[in-house]
This record gives sequence, C-alpha cells and structure tokens, in this order.
Amino acid sequence: MLYENAIKVLYIDLATSKIEIKRRTDLVGYLGGVGVASKLLEETMLPELSPLASEQPMILAIGAVSGIYPLITKTVAMFISPLTGELGESYAGGRLALSLSMAGYDAIVIQGKAPRPSYIAIDGPNVEIKDARAIWGMDSDVVGQFLREQEKGSGKRSILRIGPAGEKLVKFASVCVDTYRHFGRLGLGAVMGSKHLKAMIVTGDKSTKVSNFKDYFRVYQSIFKSVTETDMMAKYHDLGTSINVETINALGALPTKNLMSNRFESADQIGGEAFAKNNLVRKMACTGCPVGCIHIGQFRREFDDGYEYDTLSVGYDYELIYSLGSLLGIGTTDEILHLIEATEKTGMDAISAGVALAWATESLMKGVVTEADTLLPLAFGDSETYYQALMYLGRRENDFYQVLGEGTRFAGATYGGKEFALQVAGNEIPGYHTGQGNLVGLTVGARHSHLCNAGYAVDQSIKTFDENKAVDTLFDEELERCLLNSLVICLFARKVYNRETVGKALNAAGYALTDIDLTTIAKRIYTTKLRIKEKLGFDPRQVKLPKRFFETPSIHGPLDPAVTERMIDRYVEKCSVLLAEKN
Amino acid sequence: VTSNMKVLKAIEMNRCIGCLSCMITCAAVNQQDHSILKSAIRIKTSGGLSGKFMAVVCQACKGDVPCAEACPSGALIKREAGGVLLDKEKCVGCQRCVTACTVSAISFDRVALLPIVCKHCGVCARFCPHRCLHLTEGVD
Repeated sequence: MLYENAIKVLYIDLATSKIEIKRRTDLVGYLGGVGVASKLLEETMLPELSPLASEQPMILAIGAVSGIYPLITKTVAMFISPLTGELGESYAGGRLALSLSMAGYDAIVIQGKAPRPSYIAIDGPNVEIKDARAIWGMDSDVVGQFLREQEKGSGKRSILRIGPAGEKLVKFASVCVDTYRHFGRLGLGAVMGSKHLKAMIVTGDKSTKVSNFKDYFRVYQSIFKSVTETDMMAKYHDLGTSINVETINALGALPTKNLMSNRFESADQIGGEAFAKNNLVRKMACTGCPVGCIHIGQFRREFDDGYEYDTLSVGYDYELIYSLGSLLGIGTTDEILHLIEATEKTGMDAISAGVALAWATESLMKGVVTEADTLLPLAFGDSETYYQALMYLGRRENDFYQVLGEGTRFAGATYGGKEFALQVAGNEIPGYHTGQGNLVGLTVGARHSHLCNAGYAVDQSIKTFDENKAVDTLFDEELERCLLNSLVICLFARKVYNRETVGKALNAAGYALTDIDLTTIAKRIYTTKLRIKEKLGFDPRQVKLPKRFFETPSIHGPLDPAVTERMIDRYVEKCSVLLAEKN
Repeated sequence: VTSNMKVLKAIEMNRCIGCLSCMITCAAVNQQDHSILKSAIRIKTSGGLSGKFMAVVCQACKGDVPCAEACPSGALIKREAGGVLLDKEKCVGCQRCVTACTVSAISFDRVALLPIVCKHCGVCARFCPHRCLHLTEGVD
C-alpha cells in the first residue's frame, strides 16, 4: 500500500470460505499491478489442471500509486485463460482501482469454487461470501441494479458481475465493471462462472494522509495540466477511439466481412463523426480521469406496434465498431449499438463474439456448417439475425453454439474453416490488419492483444519496413508496458506517463526508485510473464496463423509468412536473452 | 487564495463525467489526504452510472445559516458571501451541523473528530475538466 513497504493481499477461498490477509514485503520488488499479479499467478496456478479447474486462481491487483494521480485508474486481472489455455491478463477501469485502495488491498487472490452461486462483498476488512442463487442467471445489467439496492457504499463502491455467458462458461465471457467498463478479453467471466462467483462488490473507507504534500501536489498538477490542457488526450475525449474507423479504413487495414476485405464501403457511416451525430448523448470517466473517454451512444428501438419504443444507452469504442460492425458488414450506428447491447446483457467480450460470428457467417456461406447448425440464416449485414445469434451464443443454445462458445480457434478445428478463423494463439483478433508488426505483435505478445506491444502502431509509423527494427520495437514496447501496467495506468495516457513523469510521480509518493530501478522492475515482470507462459506450454513458434492473414493485403501489401516466421524467431531469441539475465 | 466574496456553485452537473477530480483535489489540498471521503464536495450517482450525477456540496446559505445556528460552540463562522468557515479550535465534535444541513453537505471525519466543511476555496472548480463547478461572486 501507499507509504507502506508491503503489498497487502487478500486471499479468498470460495470452497472453504476461508479469508486471509497477508502483508507481503517480498512482493515490493514487483511494484504492483501486473507485476504483483504475475508473481501471485505464478505462485498459485496449477499448470497441470485445466484453466477452469476450481483450484485455479483469479487475481486482481492495483498499482503503487493507484487513484492519486490522473489516469492511474485501471485494475489488472490475471488468470489462466480458458480461451487460449495460457496467460490470461485483462484490464478494467471504472471505479474498481479506487475502491480497492479504499478497501485497503493491493491485490486479491480468489481460489476454489463456492458450493452454490455466490457473490463476494468486501467492505474494508469485512469480507463476506453471500448467497447469489436468486441472481444467478440474470443479465449483467440487471444484476447491477439488484446489487446497488442490496449493498451499501454508494458513491465509493465498485460492482463487478458476469452475465449468463460467464455462467455457461463461454470461453470469452467478460466481466462488467461499473456498468460501462469490462475485463473483456480472454475469458475472466468464465473463470468467475466456474467458481460460482456471480459478482463482487468492493468498498471501504480507508484514508491515507498525504506524506509530502508539496512534492505530491506539484506532480499531480503538472500531470493534470498535461492531460487537460495539451492535445495529447484530446482524441480520446473528443470523438473517442471511434475516430479510428475511417483512418484505419483509409489505410486499408479495417477487417471487413471476416477479413475477406480490408476496406468497408460503409466506413464513413459508422465512424466517430457518424456516432457523434447520430447517437452520442454523454461522456463519462473512470474515477480519477479528467479526460472522460467513455462515449455513451443512445438509440431508440421499436419493440412493438402501437408506437412502443424503448431507449438503450451503451458505450461504444473502435474495437466494438470493428468487431460488431465492419467485420459483420453492419453499416449503421444504431445496429452496431444494438449488437453491443447484446454482448453487454449476455456478458461476452465484444471482439471475440464478433469474430466468432464472422467465422460462422463465412462458414455457412461456404457450406462448412449448415443452417441446421446455426439455426439462423447468418449473412453479412443482417443485424437482426446477429442479435439473435449473440443470444444463442451467450446461452449456448445447441451443439453448434456450444462449440462456438469454446472460441473461434476451437470452432475452426472442429468444423473446418481454420484458414479463415481470425484468431492468433486462440485469441480473436483486434481490428488492425496493418501488417507484420501487428501480426507478429499479436503472436508474441504476452496476451495476444494489440495492447501488448502496439504492433499496429509500428506498422503505421514506418515507411520502409525493416523487420529487425520492428521486432526490436515490439520487444521494447512490451517491456515498457510491463512497467506502465505495474502502475496500472490507462494506456491511453502512455505518452503522458513517460519515464520522467513515472519517476517523478513515484518519488513524490515516497518510492525512492531510479530510472535503472524501473528498468529492472520491468524486466523482472516480463521475465515472470514469460516463465508463466513457458510453464503453461506456450511457444510462439508453434502458433499456426490462419491463411487469411496472408491473403488479404495489409497496408504494406500482402504479407509473406516467411518474414513472419523470421520475426517470431528473432523475438523468441530476444526473450531467451532476457530470461538468462538476472533481474 | 480564498476570497471571502466568492462561493462555489455546481451549476452544470448535466455535463459531469464523474471523474471525481474535484473530490481527489479537495481532499488532498484541504485535508492533506488521499481519500475522497475527506472531500467537502461529494459527487453522487442516482440510479447507478446510467443515472445523472449530482454534487452534494455546501449551498452557501446566507442570513439564516442552519449549520451555524445548530453549532453550540460558535465554531462555524458565517462567511460574507454565504456558507461558513470552521474554527477547529472551537469545535466540540458534536455533529449537530451534520444533521442540521438540509442537503447533507457536511460529513464528519471520525479520525479528526471534526466536520468536513466546504470553505469555498474553489480548488475543485479549478480541477473540473468540464466546467461543471464555478467559483462565483456571491450575489443574491
């Protein structure tokens, strides 16, 4: 905790209801966040058991200075991903980081399976495992409504919950945090479902005196100024990430109709301007972020004759517009919001769900599966059918949706159509078909996400492609992000939190760390993550990339698999060098 | 610098994004604390995050000031522009001001045994990114 030379970890065993709090001075060298969570995962995971075995842990962690500087707002979750079978790592904003710090914990480790559906209520030192039988089966939004009524802590609490998809162990089920944020990727929702854990509510009233007000407030003000008074964050606040739709489309990198194409003819109809004009009703922020990138879109839906309407409000972002928009050939903002709403209710990761349906659509077109399987005439551009399909997927309606709920890689391996199953190492791809930087980045990235090392940015920043330089950039970025994610900053603020600022922020909060120390910590964390992946049997050289990635041209033209392979090999060598170092 | 002639007004709460920068800053500056519970302004949601935000903060009552009236020890001194200033030396920690405030703007610090009272310094307004909060001349 802040100003204490120890990491406070709350251990909860759902099987035995045993609660334990440990002050771990030995974890200080991991700083917090992804560092502490990685170490705790390595200690508690059981590689020989399946990812959803009840003994497996799920870990939440915040950072050393969470909540006291602008945009240090995220919480990291680590687990064994039921989707990929290896390292699971996901981030959520909302109020969770602040609530955890007010509850007085740096990290929580949850193990075991509750004998009946349960939820965890944490109010500072009081931790209770409560009966969730009545709320089991509820949609994610409704669970939130009930818990807000049932539990105290309004204004300072955070509520996490899963929808039916998590209960049904859909391998890419998400966890909703405070209505508009999520642990989206890699299936934390299924991990909670496998533990009979429907929800968690976190609150507390811990207060901490500012130790060195002058230094602290000087740094706080300077960070606040740079995020609110410069244009560094303007993109995220103004139109939001949806501004990327048209940019990425113009580059020829917007995966469209299951990446049969790299451009979408209706991109201008679903871009940031279109959403702002048609649907944007308000912006919101995670606690402690003056930027406020959460864009809420509203649309009116006629649900019956007789002028019967209801109004839905959902958050939208670039990735969702890609996966439930261009990738499915959906060309209006209303329809995309409608599909986002389906993933919210059921509690599924919007990227994975969209990619799964895109694969199903092409499979149906090509006769790999039949309508007897899909139960619906899935077709690109038909959002009504997709809405229903998302409902079927969320509750795993029949054998087909059972298989699809295991993930797109599994579906391709089961039915055929592997070559157009858009996944890397089991994780469905994000919306950037930019080139080798992206493809290699996804393959070698610790969690196979564009946020591991920003390969898409590497592709966009280089004019003449140098594969060795690209690999080095990916590696350096992944390493630096280990540090940023140990603080658990919002990565949108990565340019604000350069080394100088990170150093100043930590020093003003009493952490006497030098730049060299920070590099050592980053390496220590990355080494731990690589070790975990190795223990879980992952080798990036064994990843089979679908042919589709090499058929549809990227912004650097068609990609040569031989180059991809060389780049992955070079990256693996760099990892071996790191693993041999003593950090 | 606190001007006695100005009062804080939450006038554009419809625009609030719920970042709580006002609370974080108020607690740090006025109570030297990292906890939002020490803030004299509180941002609340009604009906979960999909509802509206509201600011619970001193309304800068003038003339008849309920909290000052309720104070048995003369610790709450009326400000010219509205609201009160707390004289910590005189406060006996009875919490009558807390119950006297109609909008529940005064909370009680159970560690310091003092009420947390807005002094209309306006630091929250300076750190409000959407200009929901304003420090204005206290005119009727």
